[in-house]
This record gives sequence, structure tokens and C-alpha cells, in this order.
Amino acid sequence: RWGNAGFPPCRYLLCASGDFVKVYSVNTEETLRLMGGHADLVTGIQLNPHNHMQLYSASLDGTIKLWDFMDGIPIKTFTVGSKLLALYAPASAEDSVFVVIPKKGERDTFQLVSVKLTKGAGQDLEAKELSVVLDGVGASVKHIAFGRGGAYVVSVKGVNLQVYFFKRKLLNRFSLSTVKKKGGDNHFSCVVCHPTEDCIATGHADGKIRLWRNFHHKKEYTYSTLHWHHDVVMDLAFSMEGTRLLSGGVESVLVQWHNESSCQKDFLPRLGSPIEYISMSSDGALCCTLHTDNRITIINSNLRFSRSIQGLIKSRDVKTGLVVDPRTKALVLNGEPGHLQFYSLQSDQQLFSLDIVQRQYIHQAGLKQSDLVKVAFSAQGTWLATVEESEEVTDPELQLKLWFYHEETQSFRLNTRINTPHDNHITDMCFRDMDELGDDSLILVTTGRDCVFKVWGMIEDTDPEAQQSMSWSCDFVGSYHNYQATNCCFSEDGSLLAVSFEETVTVWDSLTWDLKCTFCHPPGNIRNICFGRLTCSKYLIGATDYGFLCCWNLLTCALEWSAHLNVVVLQPDPLSEHIAAVSWLSKESSLFVFKPNEPRPIYIQRNLCKEKILLAAFVPRDEPEMISSEKYLWLRKSQLFFLTDTQELMTLSTKSLEERLTPSSKQLAVEESLPVTPFSVLLGKHRRQQAQEDIDLGKPVVHNKQEQASPAVKELLHTPAHVLPSASFLCTIFINSLLISKENKSAEEVADEVEMESEKAEDDSDEENVTEMEQEDTSHVELLGETTCKLSKSQEKELRKIRKTDYSWISAF
Amino acid sequence: MAAYKPVVVQACPKLGERITQDTLYWRGYKTPVQIKEFGAVNKIDFSPVPPYNYAVTASSRIHIYGRYSQEPIKTFSRFRDAAYCATYREDGRLLAAGSEEGSVRLFDISGKAPLRQFEGHAKPVHVVGFLSDKYRIFSGGDDYSSNLWDIPSSTEIVSYSEHTDYVRCGCASKVNADVFITGSYDHTVKLFDARTKSSVMTIEHGHPVESVLLFPSGGLLVSAGGRYVKVWDVLKGGQLLVSLKNHHKTVTCLCLNSSGQRLLSGSLDRHVKIYSTTSYKVVHSFNYATSILSLALSPEDETIVVGMTNGVLNVKHRKPEEKNEKSQKKRQPAYRTYVKGRSYMPKQEDFCVSKPVKRVLRKYDKLLRSFQSSKALDAVLEPPIMLHTPEVTVAVMQELHRRGTLRSALAGRDEKQVNLLLTFVARRVIEPRFTPVLVTVADMITDIYQPVVGQSAVVDKQFLKLKEAIGKEIDYQEELLEVLGMMDTLFATFTKKRDTCLEENKSNGLTEIIETNRNY
Repeated sequence: RWGNAGFPPCRYLLCASGDFVKVYSVNTEETLRLMGGHADLVTGIQLNPHNHMQLYSASLDGTIKLWDFMDGIPIKTFTVGSKLLALYAPASAEDSVFVVIPKKGERDTFQLVSVKLTKGAGQDLEAKELSVVLDGVGASVKHIAFGRGGAYVVSVKGVNLQVYFFKRKLLNRFSLSTVKKKGGDNHFSCVVCHPTEDCIATGHADGKIRLWRNFHHKKEYTYSTLHWHHDVVMDLAFSMEGTRLLSGGVESVLVQWHNESSCQKDFLPRLGSPIEYISMSSDGALCCTLHTDNRITIINSNLRFSRSIQGLIKSRDVKTGLVVDPRTKALVLNGEPGHLQFYSLQSDQQLFSLDIVQRQYIHQAGLKQSDLVKVAFSAQGTWLATVEESEEVTDPELQLKLWFYHEETQSFRLNTRINTPHDNHITDMCFRDMDELGDDSLILVTTGRDCVFKVWGMIEDTDPEAQQSMSWSCDFVGSYHNYQATNCCFSEDGSLLAVSFEETVTVWDSLTWDLKCTFCHPPGNIRNICFGRLTCSKYLIGATDYGFLCCWNLLTCALEWSAHLNVVVLQPDPLSEHIAAVSWLSKESSLFVFKPNEPRPIYIQRNLCKEKILLAAFVPRDEPEMISSEKYLWLRKSQLFFLTDTQELMTLSTKSLEERLTPSSKQLAVEESLPVTPFSVLLGKHRRQQAQEDIDLGKPVVHNKQEQASPAVKELLHTPAHVLPSASFLCTIFINSLLISKENKSAEEVADEVEMESEKAEDDSDEENVTEMEQEDTSHVELLGETTCKLSKSQEKELRKIRKTDYSWISAF
Repeated sequence: MAAYKPVVVQACPKLGERITQDTLYWRGYKTPVQIKEFGAVNKIDFSPVPPYNYAVTASSRIHIYGRYSQEPIKTFSRFRDAAYCATYREDGRLLAAGSEEGSVRLFDISGKAPLRQFEGHAKPVHVVGFLSDKYRIFSGGDDYSSNLWDIPSSTEIVSYSEHTDYVRCGCASKVNADVFITGSYDHTVKLFDARTKSSVMTIEHGHPVESVLLFPSGGLLVSAGGRYVKVWDVLKGGQLLVSLKNHHKTVTCLCLNSSGQRLLSGSLDRHVKIYSTTSYKVVHSFNYATSILSLALSPEDETIVVGMTNGVLNVKHRKPEEKNEKSQKKRQPAYRTYVKGRSYMPKQEDFCVSKPVKRVLRKYDKLLRSFQSSKALDAVLEPPIMLHTPEVTVAVMQELHRRGTLRSALAGRDEKQVNLLLTFVARRVIEPRFTPVLVTVADMITDIYQPVVGQSAVVDKQFLKLKEAIGKEIDYQEELLEVLGMMDTLFATFTKKRDTCLEENKSNGLTEIIETNRNY
């Protein structure tokens, strides 16, 4: 989600991320400011070449905004109209900037246009004076560069390089051969221009860097080649004097070339993940690299690692699932390759990253490197089991590792490593969760595609001189008719183990390892199984491929009930008897929460989101929340989180509709959607504060209004004087804001308007989950004020009743 | 920015004996010296005073050997028939011995003829010993009696006839001058006090007692008989403390080391076992050529002497402590360089800047870090690594395979290097922990060097060797599978089958074998 970065006078780092522009302090790595206002992805940011305190940003919503980033306020907004894909602001252009827009009428063709920024008085301006400079350019920011003093512009696309000289109105085209020989690939990947000389540096798909000179002539141009990278050169950057050239790529090595010669080069290796962008500060003292895993690294001019700004690592594929660490209540999932990240939901930050694979990661495409696939915690969080495997399909290199939590160092220590625990992929793994019996009864069960499940137990080393007294070894190997074992699950008291073998669920006694009984619900393989908890511990729930949810009674060994539902995720709440099932049907995910002892669900949320939900986890709350609404009673003890296939982390908010519909509340959604970016972290914090405020506001009306008005005052006090409108204009707003609203409706409206503006950002990001009806309600209430509030409540109740009857469980099939 | 992570070498737990302090200590003896005696050696006794000569009783002679002498420095041979149990007095100046004709003789170390001769036993005397007051001798004979003799007057003080079978072993207490014990073939050990007329305590060993021993403290008693060594608590009235059964033939002799921390037992099964006297676990054991009859350990454990049934005396001397001369040659930096700045205690307001720890990488790691695959492989194919730590070589090969550069690292080698590689592969490919990796390596080598087969006799020979090794392994695995099949049928008949099909592979062997087979 990172866009582009720039260094104003070396103290701030600006970065486009999602719909926002973020301002970081270089020295403290803090996020100083979050500038939101764009309705879509910000595609480019450039410092105003004439005023270094100002910043241009362009977005896909077709606007260019001019910001004062020191104070974080928008100065001007220019509406261009079409999607803006990149933004350039060379110093030579007096009052215009260059943007890349899609060509009208043609798909996948883009053109570079210059936009004249009119000097109007107001804040919102139209910028319609477009003149096309170059046609058929690449859509990426990296494909266009402006030359020395803005005299020419260079664009690369495919194997073609075109240079346009502004003064002479001359267009030179150069092209390389498309033939791939000796693994060479001449496609351009990026281009930069020398700041003081007529020289163009281009990066290529095969890792070559070409330096072009003498390109004024169509024929007599020359180029020299620098080659170190073995894969695509992702970005290039010249130092301010042009003596050094920085390049980076998939290898995650930053290469510094001196004097454009290939013999003198320095390296900064092992930056963690592939480099996407490189940016130099204006005084040349610092440089920063943006990485694919949501990270910015700041590097000194002498190529020393200085500091990094780390977001929540977004891994390619969350194979481990969402696991909750019982000790810290942190969400545990794949982090960097081979690492496990512990992400605290309460404080919205990454707690730590645990190196599981402990091998050097080679940044090279097409390598089959081992990665983490399964994680399980024991009930107390003292033991952690991890499975890593290489990506080979036929003969995977498997390792099962068991980690013990070391109290002194407060981290996990490797206790036992088991090579090749199974002959084929491990499909599931679970600990026997027994809180009261302590470590002695702790056993681990793994199921594999090699048709067996294995039970691992702890053995104590009797030798007093041995370094560690505990280790793990295999206790029992079980199989059933040579079917592949797919899932395993322990009952709450640990006496029974359920293992699913393709179509069959087998139940085993965990003391003697005898097969007790089998359940089957053909057709279709078992996808998920889980035991009921607390009062429902006599039930076993299973979901099959062919869309059945079955509940078996373990006492009678018979099917209690079954339902036709394509369950993707089946997640029991560890603290209550509720079980959440997420179904995927015709492009929408729905959530059903039920107790195993009754076939009727206690909560249904249709159309949860458009994406497929892959994983879910119940995170226990620190203390049970007081929930007034009966509907959300099941969320009292723990919170439910989802991860969709687009890597968005979502949760269900528990507040009742009434609470959310109070006029002051702009928190619209039934669900709060948090994209997994550092932004979401911040945003989440912000939003939570907002929610907190809302609760505080609750009843006293007067207090409420004051709070409402305060943004206007705040705005007034915090905006720099030079951008404020005249005092006479502000006076009425200010005075109105201080009044008690019942007497003055217009004041409220004005205040609302101001507030709306400031909170627009949040509304935008709340995205699709808002149902239309609710939005209508909100606006309705806002306009009519207190008196209609009651009515809307009753309406709401009615609506909900209707909804309940409409979408009841029975109607599902 | 992360540091380079070195290659993980999979350590394999060492099978077999674990190296402990004890094994190191007891291995510190030179190769034994063998001395041929005239008959079975029934007793060896070290003089308690320097230079720690030892008396060896075999046949009708008593030989006294010096510490390093191979020839006896003195011989007492005035016995008509076999002599038994020559024992030194505490001061090392007198020697007492029993004999087949029933007399107990007392010799001066410097003289030749016996000083005293105690007559009173009707049958051969197999055990004699001095009480700790130095003036009395106890003896036990085949006439079932245990006698006590006074040296100055050469008269019998008391005679106990309480045993009901041959008395064959005995020991005097070092703490109390009146107390001694005897062990007999009637399965008992009896404790006598010279001041009383009868035995004070009787301990039932359960087997004919071959040897008894009192701990220096006098509180514990060790008896050996049959296959058992038993430790008794005398102060608790002869309660059994522990019973050790580590030999598979009769235990004939017992001995404590000089510190009293270890107990040694010799047996007819040709083993000497060393026990810890705290845990009573075997900490080490020695192996000898024939059955052991007697055993002695010199003060400071300098020498172990073992006498055997075929009359061979086995003498082991401790190796001299090796001195580190090398380190002395090196000029050490002055003491002040070590203490410089170390004594400074940081104050509370001080910022402590720790020195960065320099990580030492192995040669192959350095090469791998700079992506020099071929050189890294060369580095681990050097003989010291390849021979002693093959797991390192295999780990690097695996790492190269993971990086996808193994083929290029293996290619382009000359005859000598290919020979080296093939030797390694042929030797190690059958080890289960290396098999998966080395099979790939062997595959690649055959692929790469297929065109040049036949050009070098050495390489061809290695290829044949590899083929032979793999063929052997396959045969072996097939045999194992057969055995496993037989065992399964046996188990199947023994265990009651329930109607539910329940397979249980207790051994991991099956899966392993299948895996290995699939590789070929």
C-alpha cells in the first residue's frame, strides 16, 4: 500500500499510503501526521519545487491536492477529472505539473499530460487546461523521469525509450531488441535522469542498468551497461550531485555505484524484503527504501543502516491461520518469510517476530524455500509447536519444532526439533488443552496426508547431567483404513480425540488410544471439525465439502441435526459454547453463530463482506464486556476476527444499533473494517477513540452539543493564520458553535458540516459494509435532530424484526 | 537489517556410550603390562606406604613387585603347597599369608624366612588380615572357623566357629581395632568383635560370599557373591542398602578407589565394573581377556592390577598428566591489559555502550554468504571436515540444493575432485540421515559426468562402488521388510483384533524403509 516517498529538509519523511499521505519524523520514526482527503488511492506525491513546505499529491479520484504538510492541512484542491496515475513536478515548470492519465477511449494506454494549475482564490479549483506531452507511456511512476533542469522528459515502455525535448519540441525514440538471448531481457523497468548532466539511467528486467548519453542525436547515442542484479531492477536513484547511483531489486540489496563505473560499487545487503522504491533526501544525507512488506528503511549516506519504520507485516499467504497466543492475547500469523509475528490487537502493534526457520532467506524468484505452515499453542502458552515445510509438492522437507516459553528471557526457546515427522504434508495439529493438569498431560497430535495421525508426548530425561530435562517423542501412530487424515481436535476435557479421515470422523480415547466410534455424513470430505464446549461438550460439529454442517451427539453416537450450509470456517469460542460458522455462497460471506445443542442459530449476519473469508479467530477479551443487546450477547467474552483473501482483518463491533445511531456517532458500520496496513493501525486507534468519545457522550444533551461544536473551534484555533478566511466570516461560526443547539438549529448544522469534513476520511475507509438503510437512517436522524430519534429507534426495531423473520435459519435451505 | 544466518548443521544425537568425567578419568591409563605368574592369582595387595610395592599371591609363591618393575623384586617361596591372601600391615613392614597346609605365616618384608607361624587351622587358610591395632591377625579357614592371633606371643586369642561352610573372605575395620568381618560360602557375612565370644552381627547375602569390604568410615559393608554385589548399612543393624546386579557371572573381588568415591568389582565374566558410591550406578567398565580373580588399586589410583585365572597379572599405569607446553611458550600479555577498565563500575547516569560481538563464521559460511557455491562445496570437501563431520558437508550440500546452485557447484570438476566426491557419496549414502540429500547429489553427479564415463579408471571404479553400496542397501532393506512382515503376522496372532481396523506401527522402521526404497 505504500506509494511514494520524499524528504523535505531532512527531518520529515513523506509517504503515500492508501488514501492518505503520512508524515514521519526521521529522527524518532513516529508518525507525525496523517493527511487524508483523497477519496481513492494516492498515486503520487511531489514536493512543491517552489515552496519546500508544500506538497502536491495526486490520487485515482482525479484530484491534485496541495498540502501544507507541516500543519497537515490542505491548501488547494484541483480537480482534473480522470484517474491520475503518477505525478511529476519539475522545477522548470512554472505553474503546471505533469500527470499520467489513461487515454480516453483506449484501454491500457496512458499519456503524460501537463496540467496548468490555475491560481484561483477558492479552495476547490477546476484544472481543465490539459496538454498532452507524450503518448503511450507506462502507467507506473518509475517509467517517466524529467531530465536536468526539466529540459527533457524520458519515458520508457516495453523495450522503447523516448526522450522529448521541450525547447526544441523534438521526440527521439530508441528501442532495444526484444530478442531474449542468454537470459537477457531488455524490457525497461525504471528510469531516472542525472541531476546535472545529460545522462539517463534505465533499469531492465534482467537486472542490467544502462546509462544513456548523447541522446540528442538519433543515431550517435551511446550507452554503457552496469550489471550486478540478477533480477529486475526495481528502482534507481541518483544522489544530488549525480556521482552516486543507487539501485535495488528483489535481492533486497541496495547497490551504490560510484562515478557510473561498474568496478566501484558498495552494497548494503539483507534489507529483509524486496526493495520497491528508493528515494534520496534533498541534501543527500539520507536515503530511504520502501519494501514490499510495509516497511521503510532509512539509510545513511555512507550506506549504513540507520532505522526502519515497520508496519504490520503483510505476508504473501497466511498459511498458519489466525492463532491467538494465550499468554499475550496477541494474534499470531506468518510474518517475514520464516518468521512468526505476534501482533497485539489491544495496542495495535507488533509485539515481536520469532525466527522459526532460522535459515538465510534467499531473495530469488523460483526458489523453493521452507516456510511456516502450522502453529499451535498449548493452553497456557508455555509450549509452541510449529511446522515448516519447503514448497515442494512431492517430497516435502518437513520439520516439527517445539518451543518452550522461557520466563527469564521472555521468549520462546527451541526445545525439540523433529525431522520428517510425517512422510507427507501435515494437515492439522493441536495440543491437548488441559488447564488444570499441568504439563504432564500435555500431548500434541499431528495429522498428515501420509494417512496417519501421530501423538507426541513429553519424556523426561533422567540423566541429571543433561542440559535439558524435557524432550518430545512419538507416542502413538494411528490410522484408519489408509485414508488421509485431515483434521484433529480434542474435546474440552481432553478425554477424546476426534480425527477426520476424508469422509469419516473417528473418535479416539486419549488414554488408551482405542477407536471409540466413527461418524460419517456422505458425500463429501470433512472440512472442519470441532467439539462443543461447556454445556454442549457432548456434541461434535463437522462441516463437509458438499455443504453440510452436521452435529453428532457423542452419547447416543447419532446425528443430532444437520444443515445445508457451505461452511468455510468453523471456529469455536474458547470461553463459551458458541460456535461461529462462516459460509461462502454466491460471492458473499455470511456469518452464523450457533450453539450445538439447538439447530437454530442465535445470530446471522448475511452479506458480511464480498470477499471470501479464509480464517477466523476468537480473541478473548480482557474483561467481559457489558452488552445490552441480546443479539450480540455471544460476543461478551471474546471478540471475533476475520481474515479475508485480500488480507483484510475485520472484526464485529458489539455496539447495538441504537448506540451507533446516536446523532453524534459517525461510526457507521456494523463491522469495522481494518485493512492490514500501518494505516489501519493508526486508523483503528483513532476510531476507537472516537467510539470512546461517543460512549462518553451518551446522555447529557448539552454536553453532547458542546462536544459537537468543538471541532469547529478546534479547526479555528489550529489552522495557521495565513490560510484562514477573514475574521468576519469566521465570527458567526465561532459564536454559533458556542451556543446551545436546541435554540439554534442552524448552528448545529454548521457544526455538523465542519465535523463531516473532518471525519470524511474515516467514512471513506469504512467502505462497503454499510448497508444503505443504515446510512439513510443516520442522515435522517442528523437532520431532524432529537425529536425524531425515538421514532427511528422504534423503526429500527421493527426493521430488525422483519429482517430476522426474513432471513431466518429455516429460509436458508 | 538482519545479519547473515549460518547454515544449520543438523546435529545427530551420539549413539552409544556417553562421554562423562568418569570415562575420561578411567580411560587415562596406558596400555597394560602383562606378567605371567605360576598359577591363578588369588590376591593382590598394595603396600600402604611409598613406594607402593604390591604383593601378588599365586600358586605357592608370593611375589613382591615394584611400581614399574616387570620382575619381582622379592619372592617368598617357602610354601609346600599353595599360598593364599598375602596382606600388608598398615605400616607396610609385615606381610601375613595363609596356606594350603593350614598355617598362617608372618613375614618381614626385608627377611626371607617367616617370623611367626600360627598353627591352629585344620584346613587351608584362605583369608588373613591385620587388625588395625597392628598386633593381631585374623584368619579364616576351610575348617569353618575364624581365628584371632596375637603376634608378639604367636598364640591364638579366640576362635569362632560360627560359619557352616568355608570362610573365604574377610576384612578388618579401620576405625575399631577389635572389629573384623568374614564372609563364607554358607551365604553369610559375620561381624566379630574380639571382645565378645560370639559374632555381633550376621548378614544374609543369599549367595556364597566371595569378597567383603568395609568402607573407610566403617559404616557401610559391601559383600560380593554370586552375581550380586550388595551394600549393607552396618550401623542400622545390617540393613540392605542396595543390591547391584551388573555382572553375569560370579563376582570375585571388590575394591575401593583411594578417594572412596568409586567401588570396583571384578568378576569371572571378565569385566571390572566401576560404580559411583553415591548413586550406585555403573560409571565405567573395563574388559579383560580372562576371568578375574583378584583386583587392586594403588593409592591415588596410579595403578590398577588385575589377577586372572590363567595366572596372568595385568598391570595398568596411569598416563602422566599432559602439560600444556605450547601455551607456556606463547608470551602472555601483561596482566594489566586484562584488568584495564574492567574494574570500573558504571554509575547510574552513565550510558553503557557494549562492544559489538564479533561473529566468527566458518569458511563455508563466508563463501555461501557471498554466493560462491563451488568454493563453498570445495571448502566442505576438505578431508578433515569430510571425514570427521560429514553432517557439515551434507548440510552445505542441502543448502546449495535449496538455493538451486548444487548442480553448478558439482559441475566442472577434475578427476581428483570427482573421485573425492564419489568416495564421500558412496560411503555415506546409506546412512539414513544423509540419504535424502546424497541421493540427489548422486543423481546430479551421474547426470553431469555421464558423458565422460570411461575416460578415467579411478572415477569408474568409484561409480561401481556407489552402485554396489546402493545394491547392498536395497537387499538389506528388503530383508528388513521381510522380517517386519513376519513380525507383523506374529503380532497379529497375539493381539486380539477388534472389528474396527486399527493399525498400530510401534516401530518407525516401516515408514523409513519405504521411504528409502522409493528413492531408488
